[in-house]
Amino acid sequence: MTARIGVVTFPGSLDDGDAARAVRLAGAEAVRLWHGDADLHGVDAVVLPGGFSYGDYLRTGAIARFAPVMEKIIEGARDGLPVLGICNGFQILCEAHLLPGALTRNQHLHFRNRDQWLRVEATGTAWTNVFQAGQELLIPVKNGEGCYVADQRTLDELEATGRVVARYLRGNPNGSQRDIAAITNEAGNVVGIMPHPEHAVEALTGPSLDGLGFFTSILKHLAGAPA
Amino acid sequence: MPRVVVDVMLKPEILDPQGQAVANALPRLGVSDVSSVRIGRRIEIEFTGEPDLERAREIADKLLANPVIEDFSVRLADAADTEGAHP
Repeated sequence: MTARIGVVTFPGSLDDGDAARAVRLAGAEAVRLWHGDADLHGVDAVVLPGGFSYGDYLRTGAIARFAPVMEKIIEGARDGLPVLGICNGFQILCEAHLLPGALTRNQHLHFRNRDQWLRVEATGTAWTNVFQAGQELLIPVKNGEGCYVADQRTLDELEATGRVVARYLRGNPNGSQRDIAAITNEAGNVVGIMPHPEHAVEALTGPSLDGLGFFTSILKHLAGAPA
Repeated sequence: MPRVVVDVMLKPEILDPQGQAVANALPRLGVSDVSSVRIGRRIEIEFTGEPDLERAREIADKLLANPVIEDFSVRLADAADTEGAHP
């Protein structure tokens, strides 16, 4: 059966269309979820896309975290539902306390939009299992508040438990501590990533096809998961 | 009706690039004796009934501030706040 991957649209989401397209290119069915939905329509996994939900008011992701659909996603994620948060989605996952730390204003204060090299470090997650450890990816980054911060103890724990999923290579675009571009939770089902894999899935529009691996990973994960 | 004032500030150990940018602009105004600027946020809350500091603290902790990176304080607005708001 075709895997059904939910893509949430919040007021102010931008990359929900691209995320749904990436899901389809990977071979899954994309199910559009609305921020006001009180159920997840039986999806097997969820993508929280990039953008500026609720106008980034208060803090990025702070208001989206309380959307009705998030209640179910938070509940599901704690029970193992795979969730990928991209950019604003990563910010929402931190605000929802599904991932530790926070994303703050880029250190240099400039919005940064460029193709970015990453090194994949954790390949055991639901969203990165088709990559090789140490594999280098080229994926667009575009954010104003992508500077990952957490206290030293949390950073040490992330490193010690192999939960740094990807690091920036050849230049840190936003000042993130320890060059962190993506992290995962303890179980490996929830991943937050600042750069945009959904923008690197087709030769026509992306700098590479490296982003597709995140979406084929979830299919592989679901195929291997007990029903 | 009295208001509750919530002040939210980045924790001291969190870098404040906005504050730094402002501090770096001050010499252009001829100000050279400022060593640091930090930028926070002030939120005023009005309750339908009596102001409830406990409730305001809960709102601040859950929504207005992110305890990972920010500290907050909660107090009743006083006369000085009102004068400041309406000169």
